[in-house]
Amino acid sequence: MITIQGKGVSTGVAAGPLYFYQRAKGTLRRYEVEDREAEFARFKAAQAKAMEQLGVLAEKAREEAGDEAAMLFETHQMMCEDMDYEEAIEGFIRESGINAEAAVTDAGAAQAEAFAAMEDDYFKARAADVKDISTRIVGILMGVVQGGIDSEVPVILAADDLAPSETVQLDKSKILGFVTSGGSGSSHTAILARTMGIPAIIGVGDQLKPEYEGREVIVDGGTGSVVVDADDDTRERLMKKRTELLHRQQLLNQLRGQPNVSRDGQEVRIYCNIGNPEDVHAVLENDGGGIGLFRSEFLYLNCDDYPTEDYQFEAYKKVLSDMGGKEVVIRTLDIGADKMIGYFNLPHEENPALGNRALRICLNRPEIFRTQLRALYRASAYGRLSIMFPMVTSVWEVKEAKKLCEQVKAELAEEGIPFSEEVDVGIMIETPAAAVVSDRLAKVVDFFSIGTNDLTQYTLACDRQNNDLGRFFNAHHPAVLRLIKMVAENAHKEGIWCGICGELGADLDLTETFLSIGIDELSVSPRSVLPLRQKVRDTEVAAVREKLVDDLMSDRNTI
Amino acid sequence: MKSFEYTITDPVGIHARPAGLLVKEIKGYSGSTVTISKGEKSVNALKLMALMQMGIKQGDTVKVDVEGGDEEAVASAIEAFFKANL
Repeated sequence: MITIQGKGVSTGVAAGPLYFYQRAKGTLRRYEVEDREAEFARFKAAQAKAMEQLGVLAEKAREEAGDEAAMLFETHQMMCEDMDYEEAIEGFIRESGINAEAAVTDAGAAQAEAFAAMEDDYFKARAADVKDISTRIVGILMGVVQGGIDSEVPVILAADDLAPSETVQLDKSKILGFVTSGGSGSSHTAILARTMGIPAIIGVGDQLKPEYEGREVIVDGGTGSVVVDADDDTRERLMKKRTELLHRQQLLNQLRGQPNVSRDGQEVRIYCNIGNPEDVHAVLENDGGGIGLFRSEFLYLNCDDYPTEDYQFEAYKKVLSDMGGKEVVIRTLDIGADKMIGYFNLPHEENPALGNRALRICLNRPEIFRTQLRALYRASAYGRLSIMFPMVTSVWEVKEAKKLCEQVKAELAEEGIPFSEEVDVGIMIETPAAAVVSDRLAKVVDFFSIGTNDLTQYTLACDRQNNDLGRFFNAHHPAVLRLIKMVAENAHKEGIWCGICGELGADLDLTETFLSIGIDELSVSPRSVLPLRQKVRDTEVAAVREKLVDDLMSDRNTI
Repeated sequence: MKSFEYTITDPVGIHARPAGLLVKEIKGYSGSTVTISKGEKSVNALKLMALMQMGIKQGDTVKVDVEGGDEEAVASAIEAFFKANL
């Protein structure tokens, strides 16, 4: 068994024989031509033919992968007729009298070099486009027929790097995955592989040896590994992963766009928990209805000093605009306890879980809080923002925090900086105190989101990070569930919504219970959205409500 | 001559897709010459590759000059294009 490590750029697992892409080869000849006008006419004819081929490819890509994919070839058409490119070719032929093949190759190389010398990775990668076009025109001039894969069975396709036109011309039914020795994550091979849902691994370099041709390989686009002649254990493990991924993909396709409604018509919003602006991709991919918990700590953890207002603003703005008007609940700074940051210079505490953390730090050091609130309100102009405070125990804390919000809004209004007037302000319910006075808290906020991890730890007096306490740390404990029920009822009495954003939200054993007590929103990791949606759609709430609530509230149960 | 300035908001800058669309757009106005400049560098906007090689990024301010018979109308059409695509 040989394992090759590359970079996975398109997920999925596939197994099949390795096949090296056969590129038509011919030696490029370079010579002086007698009739320069005729040679230029020969180039013009090849250029027209290339334009025609690209038009066909654009239509093919449009059918297979949509307008975006087609645009690539339309851009190639424009590059093919680019004025500078064509003038250079014309110069080589008419003035220097060199043959069309060499002229096209040289002009293409010069343009490719100009792109390759650019700073930005995106533009660097465009060198491949220019080379692709030149190769196409030269191929036409030399009478090369664009080829496919000469194999009866589907294969894992290996190549140095595949040009975009090559990728599209391939017979898809013959390809299970891609392995390339070169390439980049923003190359068209990677982009098209992702669009078409085929695993792709790039950058394996010279680990990919020609003698592997025809041997059985398994590629894992998630980890970037290519296994040649896998042993039984590895094969079994990867095949199991393949089945899971396929199942997931099936689920995704079936459930995408479907509402989160139980059989008897009760709806629940399923949102996502994220910790980085890049996670938005996963939210949209998994069809999350919004973001129910965006942990803002990453901004502070990524910096060596307090992050500036502008820096924070850009990050919040990006998430809000990327979510395109869907609700985004951003939780204000939640450090302390298990998350410590050096430059905050927080004194050592004997019992940090019960110490100076989260909203407590923010209220004790309002200058830090103010910077974050300003950035949040500025970003609110770019989407649907809700702000959430963590670690609340008393009504006065919320009032004080909201007062700071009002001050920040007044400042922004005075400075003429736009912000939204529609920002909802809510709190995490993660202390027993907050749960018990949730009737009063509900009067001063727009929503609740129950943080079950901390709520469980504080209610059960059980350190969630102490592994020895495993059997005592029971998130299904009736004390925790009764508090959740109470919080939801108190929220509804005041007409505000109540969600759950802890691990428990994704616990499928509790979905029926949460629906029974009327939880309005479940915020879970992006990967959990669709399995949870499935569970909701399979549930008939009316049939289980009475029994579940009765079980939870009665004194009969002795667990 | 009719000119306007525009600050790029697209995260990738003037990349292949909008550059291609722009060339297409400008080809529709054969009576005018469109020049795009950033700092000292300027390029005829019909030259797709040269335009991309300007490496115009998000946050860069470019100046667009339109010269020709229908420059008023062309400039406002191109400005609308920038706002919609870049």
